[in-house]
Amino acid sequence: MLSYIVRRLLWGLVIIWLVTLIVFFVIRLLPGDPLLIYLAQNQDINSMPREQIDALYREYGLDKPILVQYANWVFNLLRGDLGLSITYRQNVGKLMLERLPVTLHVGMTGFIVSLVPGVLVGLIAAMRRASWIDNVVTIISYTGIAIPVFWLAYILIYVFGLRLKWLPIAGYVSPFEDFWLSTKHLIMPVICISLPGIAATARQMRSSVLEIASQDYVRTAWSKGLAEKAVVCRHILKNSLIPIITLLGMRIGFIFGGSVIVENIFAIPGMGRLLVGSIFAQDYVVIQANALIMAVIIILSNLLVDISYGWFDPRIRYD
Amino acid sequence: MERLLEVKDLKTYFNTDDGLLKAVDGVSFYVDEQEIIGVVGESGCGKTVTQLSVMQLIARPGKIVGGEVIFEGRDILKYKPHGEEMRAIRGGKIAMIFQEPMTSLNPVLTLNQQLSESLMLHLKMNKEDARKRAIELLRLVGIPSPEARIDDYPHQFSGGMRQRVMIAMGLSCNPKILIADEPTTALDVTTQAQLLELMTEMVERFRSSLIIVTHNLGVVARYAKRIYIMYAGKIVEEGTCKEIFKHPRHPYTIGLLNSVPRLDTVGKRLVPIEGLPPNLTNMPDYCAFLPRCPYKTEKCRTSPMPDLRDVPGEGHRVRCYVDIAEVDNVTVK
Repeated sequence: MLSYIVRRLLWGLVIIWLVTLIVFFVIRLLPGDPLLIYLAQNQDINSMPREQIDALYREYGLDKPILVQYANWVFNLLRGDLGLSITYRQNVGKLMLERLPVTLHVGMTGFIVSLVPGVLVGLIAAMRRASWIDNVVTIISYTGIAIPVFWLAYILIYVFGLRLKWLPIAGYVSPFEDFWLSTKHLIMPVICISLPGIAATARQMRSSVLEIASQDYVRTAWSKGLAEKAVVCRHILKNSLIPIITLLGMRIGFIFGGSVIVENIFAIPGMGRLLVGSIFAQDYVVIQANALIMAVIIILSNLLVDISYGWFDPRIRYD
Repeated sequence: MERLLEVKDLKTYFNTDDGLLKAVDGVSFYVDEQEIIGVVGESGCGKTVTQLSVMQLIARPGKIVGGEVIFEGRDILKYKPHGEEMRAIRGGKIAMIFQEPMTSLNPVLTLNQQLSESLMLHLKMNKEDARKRAIELLRLVGIPSPEARIDDYPHQFSGGMRQRVMIAMGLSCNPKILIADEPTTALDVTTQAQLLELMTEMVERFRSSLIIVTHNLGVVARYAKRIYIMYAGKIVEEGTCKEIFKHPRHPYTIGLLNSVPRLDTVGKRLVPIEGLPPNLTNMPDYCAFLPRCPYKTEKCRTSPMPDLRDVPGEGHRVRCYVDIAEVDNVTVK
């Protein structure tokens, strides 16, 4: 087990290295120059002395050949230094530390909220197959999968924010400052993040339960005279959760991808918002750091998912 | 004398897209206390569905549409399939073990969890007692060092061992009847023999009756007291084991016997039954075996499906117009 985790982590390092390569070189393929974009926002470049601009290039290390830039970046990374943001003129590590908790707060709440309802709804739909409950669940879950997040977000803002005025339309408040207000701010973003997850989990769970329910060992369970509750909870549930775990592992990735849209719509100062801003400003350093952190989180959560398989399915051995 | 279990005119139909499939169409049989009977027929003849109907374990689109299943004097088909009374019988009074030992045990639960749950449910044992009893049962069915292995998962056992576990599970609550549906089909031949021996030994010890469902006449020859031969959802011949083997009277039974190797006919070719089992939707009015029958007469073609009729021999009945005992034995290759 331990050697398995170590091996997976080593592979993770290889993947992260590949991510650094791709991110570093691909963003530099884009036309444009981050420093010029930054300067152009603040002053007239043409009137700026040449030496001043050159000094800035040197300060950010952008005057060096690209391979040297890459080596410098990786070397600094290994020392724990994520670099200096061009637009924010700040250490990127500090920028991330401010924004990562926000994204995790919104994202993980969305993730947790999507777990139980999806599993439960799918289970009920499968156990009452072809009943009206099943039909309603099917319609709602297909709708949930099909609705684009940005559209849902604007509908929610219009209905609950502008018309009913129940919820704040945008912004973020830390739960340590004002828990109640923070939660009110969280409701709509969390709905947007969790709804597709709930819908997809419900679909997957339904078909998984149906498949398990027709297995021989479930017939054995019925033949023992167990009540429906016992058959479902002991014999069907655990087996049918196995494919769901895979889905959940992938959802963690979606949360960070989805946070880009949700954070921008609801003006939440998280990593997704930072990423979009940095892409427009071509702030290389921030984009690189952002991609790197997401890669690390996704690799770790996938490892966690793979380990949790072993708990659900004793047939899985880690060696 | 009152029968322990008497099934009368049982009908289980499946409403399929291709029409009504009469999987079990008027089957009657009985089992006495501590008796071993065999139900024999090829795949799809309705023998498994018959037994599942007795347990009321028929899933949609199947439905028990008629008949009675009288167990200990009461018609248990009157009980709701998931009601309290039926559940007390299922697993408690009538237990069933299935064909596929590889898939009939839950892969994510330990043997202890799977054995104990019946004991706790039917015999109201607590956890520790159930565990002790489960170990005891595993020892009885010949699992080596059961104390150590009771917390193992099914995939850590071979097919034969798993079927032993299934037998232990079936007998755990001391049922009056054990239904074994193709208990040895998925196993290799030496294991088959051991398991049959074990199973009959165990039902004797537990004073249970045993219904062996199989497609292999050889399996029941040694142990069953009486045999029912099924074809296309109906019983076509019934009688004592001896009668069936010595004086088979239905062409299908004769076909079955000719297609199994026998020690007294070494060197002869096995003769398969020509043709395929019929499609159970849209069955003709005449005898279902007619298209494959080597003895068919003009009467068979023009008459409806024959009824079971008494023939000489104890309890021997056959569903055939032709008196095969009078047709010369030469035709039986």
